[in-house]
Amino acid sequence: MKFNHQSKPMLAAFAAALLVLPFIIDSLLGHGWVRIADFALLYIMLALGLNIVVGYAGLLDLGYIAFFAVGAYTYALLGSPQFGLHWPIWAVLPLGALLACFFGVLLGAPTLRLRGDYLAIVTLGFGEIIRIFMNNLNAPVNITNGPQGISSIDPLSMGGFSFSKTHELFGVDFTAVHLHYYLFLGFTLLVIFVSLRLQHSRIGRAWMAIREDEVAANAMGINTRNIKLLAFAMGATFGGISGGLFAGFQGFVSPESFSLMESVMILCMVVLGGMGNIAGVVLGGVLLVILPEAFRHGAGPLQQALFGKIVVDPESLRMLMFGLALILVMLWRPAGLWPSTQRRRELMPDETVAQQEQDTVYDAAK
Amino acid sequence: MTQPSETLLELSGVCKHFGGLAALSAVSLHIKRGEIYGLIGPNGAGKTTLFNVITGLYQLDEGTFSFDANSYACCKPHLLAQAGIARTFQNIRLFANMTALENVMVGRHVRTHSGIWGALTHNRATCAEERAIAGRAHELLRYVGIHRPSNTLAKNLSYGEQRRLEIARALATEPKLLALDEPVAGMNATETESLKALLQSIRNDGVTVLLIEHDVKLIMGLCDRVAVLDYGKKIAEGKPEDVRRDPAVIAAYLGGEA
Ligand SMILES: Nc1ncnc2c1ncn2[C@@H]1O[C@H](COP(=O)(O)OP(=O)(O)OP(=O)(O)O)[C@@H](O)[C@H]1O
Ligand SMILES: [Mg+2]
Repeated sequence: MKFNHQSKPMLAAFAAALLVLPFIIDSLLGHGWVRIADFALLYIMLALGLNIVVGYAGLLDLGYIAFFAVGAYTYALLGSPQFGLHWPIWAVLPLGALLACFFGVLLGAPTLRLRGDYLAIVTLGFGEIIRIFMNNLNAPVNITNGPQGISSIDPLSMGGFSFSKTHELFGVDFTAVHLHYYLFLGFTLLVIFVSLRLQHSRIGRAWMAIREDEVAANAMGINTRNIKLLAFAMGATFGGISGGLFAGFQGFVSPESFSLMESVMILCMVVLGGMGNIAGVVLGGVLLVILPEAFRHGAGPLQQALFGKIVVDPESLRMLMFGLALILVMLWRPAGLWPSTQRRRELMPDETVAQQEQDTVYDAAK
Repeated sequence: MTQPSETLLELSGVCKHFGGLAALSAVSLHIKRGEIYGLIGPNGAGKTTLFNVITGLYQLDEGTFSFDANSYACCKPHLLAQAGIARTFQNIRLFANMTALENVMVGRHVRTHSGIWGALTHNRATCAEERAIAGRAHELLRYVGIHRPSNTLAKNLSYGEQRRLEIARALATEPKLLALDEPVAGMNATETESLKALLQSIRNDGVTVLLIEHDVKLIMGLCDRVAVLDYGKKIAEGKPEDVRRDPAVIAAYLGGEA
C-alpha cells in the first residue's frame, strides 16, 4: 500500500521514536506535556474520523463533536456512580461507538439530500441539539446531571490492569499519563490503519467520486445515499470511540466540552493539515493541540519579560493568533500544510499538459 | 428461455415540463439491440433532457419508458446504471481530481461487491476483485486510446482524452446501452475520425449506442437510424439519408446549416 520495502527501517525508527516519545517529552518539558500529548492523540482520532466525512466524501459536517459527546456520555453513564453502573471497558467502548454510529445514521438519513452549505447548517444544529440535551437532561428525571456534568467516572482499565495507576516495568516507572499515551497511540494507529485501508478500497473510491461530482457518481451506478450514510457512520464511530476514551481519561464530562467551537477546531485540523491526506490530518491535529498550549504557557512570561506586565490576556491572544494562522495558511497553502499528492498536483498543474490542452482547444476552434 | 426482444429501449408518450416549457412532449421511439441510433435537433430541442430522463436524473411527467423488457416510470440513476444504461455528459463530468485509472475504476463499482469488511481485512475475494477492477480499467484505457500514465489526473488530460475517458468510465459499467451526449463536440477532424472508429468497434462488441450529435457528417456516416427532435417533439425518424431529405427536418434543422 503506502509503505514499500525500502521504507521498512525508517518505519522501525519511527515506531521506536513514538514509543520513547512520552519519556522524552517528560524529561524535556515536564509531566503536563505528556498529558497534552494524550489529548493530541484523542484529537487526532477525532480529526481522522471527520476526515472520512469531509476529506473523503466531501460532506461538510459542523456538528461532528456530537458523536464525541455520545461516546463520552455513554462511557460516563455506564461507568460511574451516577447510576451505580460500572461496566467494563470492553463493553462500554464498543457500545459507545455503536451508539455514535447509530446517531450518525440518524443524522445522515434525513439530511444527506442536502448539499454544501445546507448540510453544514443542519449538522451544526444537530451538534448543538445534542449538547443542549446533555445540558437539560437533569429534570424531571436526572440522567446527565445537567451543566454540572458527571464526575468520578471509572478510570480506563482492562482485565485488572488500571491505566490510571503507576506501574513499574523493567525498572521504569510508567505513570498514568504514560500508560494512557500508549493506549491512545494504539487506538490512533488502529484508526489510521482503518482510514488507509478504506481510502484505497472500492468504498473509498466511491466516496471520492461523490466528492468530485455527485451527479456523475450516481449516474455511474453508485448508490450515493447509502455510500454517504456509510461515510457518516464510519466518521461517527471513530468519534464515539474517541469520546469514550476521553471520558475515562478525564474522569469527568460536562456539556461544556462539546461546544460548537470544538467542532470547528476539529474541522480546522482537517482543513489546515490537508483534507483527505492522513499524514496531513495527523499533523493538523498535533499542531492545533500543541501550539495553543505552547502559546498559553509562553505568552504570559514573554510579555512579562518584554513589557514588565501582562498587556494582552494570553487566552484572547491565543484565539487571535489562531485566527491569524488560519488566514495565513489558507492564503499560502490553500490545500493544507500537507496535502495529499493529488491535491498537490492539483495546485501545481503540469505545464506541458496545460500547454497541450490549449493547443487542442486551438485546433478545435480552427 | 425466451428470446430477448429485439427492442432494447422504448419510450412511449414521454413528456417532461419545466414550468411552462415543454422540453419533451409525447416523445415515442424505440431503439433496437445492436444499432447506433442518432438523436439530432437544433439547440434546446430537448436531446439532453431525453438523456436525463432515461438515466434517471429527471423524473418524467407523463408516459413510460421500458429498458430491456422492464418498465421504468420513476427510477433512481444508480438502478438504471445497474440495469445497463451508461452515459457521458455534454459538459464533461469526470472526477477531476482523481486519476484517469481511478475514474474508470469507479465505473466498475456497480458490477463489484466488496464492502467495508473486505476493505479492512483484505481477504482473498477482495484482493482478487481489486486486481480485476484495476486490470479491466487499464484495458479500457487502452481500448479508448488513452496512452498517458494511468495516474494522470483526469483534469490534466487533453480535451479529447477527457471525452474518451468518459466513454471508458461508462463502458466500465458493462452497459447494454451506451448514451453519448455530443462526444465529438470541440474535437478536430482527425480526432473525430478516430472517435468514429471507436464507436464502431464498441457497437461491434455488442453494445447498443445512442448518440446525440450536431456533426451531420458523423451522424450520416455512423448511424443506422436517426430521430429528429424539435421543440421537444419528434418530427422525423428513419434512415439517415431519408431523414436528411425530409422537408420538416430541412425546415427545422438542416435547412439552417446546409
Ligand atoms: N433543469 C432544467 N430546468 C429548466 N429548464 C431546463 C432544464 N433542463 C433543460 N431545460 C430546458 O429544456 C430545453 C431543452 O434543453 P436540452 O438541454 O434538452 O436541449 P438540447 O437539445 O440538449 O440542446 P443542446 O443542443 O444545446 O445541447 C431548453 O429550453 C432548456 O432550457
Ligand atoms: Mg444538450
